Amino acid sequence: MNDALHGVRVIDLTRVWAGPHATRMLADMGAEVIHVTSRKLVGPLAVSGETARILGVYPDDEPGERHWNRNSQTNDLARNKYDITLELDIPEGLSLLRRLVAKSDLVVENYSPRVMPRFGLDYPSLKELNPGIILCSMPGYGSQGPYRGFISYGTNVDPASGLASLMGYPGEGPHMSGNAYPDPVAGLFAVGAILTALYHQRATGEGQYIDLSQAEATTALLGEVSLGTGLNGLVPAPMGNRHPRQAPHGCYPCRGDDAWVAIAVCDEAEWRAFTHVLGEPAWCAEPGYATLPRRLEHHDELDRHISDWTSQRDAYDVMHALQGAGVPAGVVVNAEQLVNDPHLRARDFFWDIEHPEAGTRRYAGQPVRMSATPARLHRPAPCLGQHNDQILRELLGLTTDELDVLRQKGVIGNQPVPR
Amino acid sequence: MTAALQNIRVLDLSRYVAGAYCAKLFAAFGAEVVKVEPPGTGDPARTVGPFLNDQPDRETSALFLYLNTGKQGLTLNLKHPQGREIFKTLVRHADVLVENFTPRVMPSLGLDYSVLRAINPKLVMVSISSFGQHGPYRDYKANDMISYALGGYMYLNGHPQRPPLSGGGHQPAYQGGLHGYSGAMAALMARLRTGQGQHVDVSIQECMASIHQFTINRYVYVGRIQKRLGNRYQRAHPITIYPCKDGLVSLAVSTQEQYERFMALTGLTALLNDERFATPYACSEHVESFDRRLAPWLQAHGKQDIVHRCQENRVPASFVNDAAEVMDDPQYRFRGFWQELDHPVAGRQTYAGYPFHMTATPPSLQRACLLGEHTEDILTARLGCSPAELAAWRAQGVI
Repeated sequence: MNDALHGVRVIDLTRVWAGPHATRMLADMGAEVIHVTSRKLVGPLAVSGETARILGVYPDDEPGERHWNRNSQTNDLARNKYDITLELDIPEGLSLLRRLVAKSDLVVENYSPRVMPRFGLDYPSLKELNPGIILCSMPGYGSQGPYRGFISYGTNVDPASGLASLMGYPGEGPHMSGNAYPDPVAGLFAVGAILTALYHQRATGEGQYIDLSQAEATTALLGEVSLGTGLNGLVPAPMGNRHPRQAPHGCYPCRGDDAWVAIAVCDEAEWRAFTHVLGEPAWCAEPGYATLPRRLEHHDELDRHISDWTSQRDAYDVMHALQGAGVPAGVVVNAEQLVNDPHLRARDFFWDIEHPEAGTRRYAGQPVRMSATPARLHRPAPCLGQHNDQILRELLGLTTDELDVLRQKGVIGNQPVPR
Repeated sequence: MTAALQNIRVLDLSRYVAGAYCAKLFAAFGAEVVKVEPPGTGDPARTVGPFLNDQPDRETSALFLYLNTGKQGLTLNLKHPQGREIFKTLVRHADVLVENFTPRVMPSLGLDYSVLRAINPKLVMVSISSFGQHGPYRDYKANDMISYALGGYMYLNGHPQRPPLSGGGHQPAYQGGLHGYSGAMAALMARLRTGQGQHVDVSIQECMASIHQFTINRYVYVGRIQKRLGNRYQRAHPITIYPCKDGLVSLAVSTQEQYERFMALTGLTALLNDERFATPYACSEHVESFDRRLAPWLQAHGKQDIVHRCQENRVPASFVNDAAEVMDDPQYRFRGFWQELDHPVAGRQTYAGYPFHMTATPPSLQRACLLGEHTEDILTARLGCSPAELAAWRAQGVI
């Protein structure tokens, strides 16, 4: 099989979500991604049952003997990658990392901007090791500037970027995303910049430094909002589920517990189709709903009528009936419904992956579908340090004796080292 | 410094957001991007406000101006046989085609991938749609809210006792564009080795379904369905937006170490001996009583003070900005994120730039094209058309 990124070698120093999301896409597309971690960053040796229940990341809430190999987040984000451990505060560990960099195309990291320079791993130093190397850093706010030292997560960047100010119930304050949305946004921008830099590297041999700000990445996806503020002087506020130029537009309760359907009637033809599906009840013909401006004006009453109709019905029945008539509608799916979504399953979106310590589990697949070089599963997520011997032997030519010495000195291993 | 994609030619057939953002990224890196719009009306994004001074004008829509920076404007009627012939000639010399019509449109125009591939086997075609090019929901309609709903995001947003919330702006459509750009660049990387193009199919629903942190994994691993939590995050507390003395602040205390430093900073260290508040994980199950204990400290401090003191103590905190405040943020200004561009109709305005600094191939931002601005130049230069042909086509409504 011919993979899109065959022959691209990546040193992946990333953690949490944004960075690993980026390198996962590269790995899905066939790049050789070597995740390098310190065993001091893996956490404690044991997780209590109570903490496991709150975290909800282990199979059936059982952390098992090696919780670090059973964590759903790791096993999701590390698929298709290799995993080695190196302690960079031991000289041999740092030296091995530098030797790996010399044989790679790309280094990706999302530490705070202090970390890489502290280990002598800033871009000028890496460039000396490998003139063609690409380094992508992706801290919360960028590597320079007044907030350069800030620690941040997607959950902070959401309000900082302006995104949270646009979500919420009308008349109330900003509301956070339920999903730390800025993390994958930063990851996807990183992939775009990285692939562009790789394309340039393949043409010219030249590497470069990419300094990505997670906050700016999120704000870039609101570009029409900031520009609009300049054009008409208005700063938008949350509208709930309403739309400035469409009605009805909202989220309506359906039969069952916490069941909802989103309905967006975008024009007059859709309004006629909508009333037809509802069976032309008398209220639809009232003058208060005859035109878009009037429907916008009487949206609260409109919502009450629609809720009366939807709440008697199953959310899927409402969606299929409305879509069958050409009206945009969608079930507000929860996790169970998402995993069982008939359309996603018909498209083979999910990947069932067998992992030696977590069992066979279903994961979201790769949404970029390429006809000639499709993304695919190469291998399940690695266990901690699983490829220490293989990578150091094959890429750097280390012998069994040398590997044993590294293990004895604690430079490599397959158990966490609590701090 | 050079442009990374200076030899790449892109045809952008897109409407509204998803494909347009994908093609905008190509323009940022120096590709020659031709925006192909229907004569007369143009991209329907041109009808979406806000407009300059709230006066509707197809050259001053914020949505169009932002999404079409750096492109050349060509009008072409693809419903006219001559328009399709001109388009196929352009395809012969193109590297990338971006489109985000509903999946029936390109085949109905006789311009599906199999046809275009026969014209140009090196072509990378990117199709971005709500549900992808095949499957049972292929012909279903969606907008951003519907994509939020069917991608599993909407169910997680909002208060547990109130309706789920759609998100701000056009995030699902932008996700389609971002994924489309990565797919196109990966296809160009593959082409360097194989010499062949390919078709990239991006479903916005799948984009949204692939960017969940805990939702799918928790259901699959533990059998629990993640619910809406209101204005806070799963698993640990305080990850939330709080009122303080002079406004709002954001905290994201996510690890035990951060939590202990935060408790020391706020004078609440004694609470660590209470099992309800011993860890940020336990705290997430006692949010209201924790927030009551923290409120006096928050009310005694302003947001500048809170954010900087937290960060000095290595506790994640940030400002809570609206669309105007983020334009004044000192960090964004330091990095030069906001850029001013002149436009012949919209005038001089401030635009969001790109979130990455790149030492060898930095992205560049140039103003959006006017409707049909470069039609004659492109057809003359690329097709060798004569003024008489152009005049005839214009009269026939082809351009």
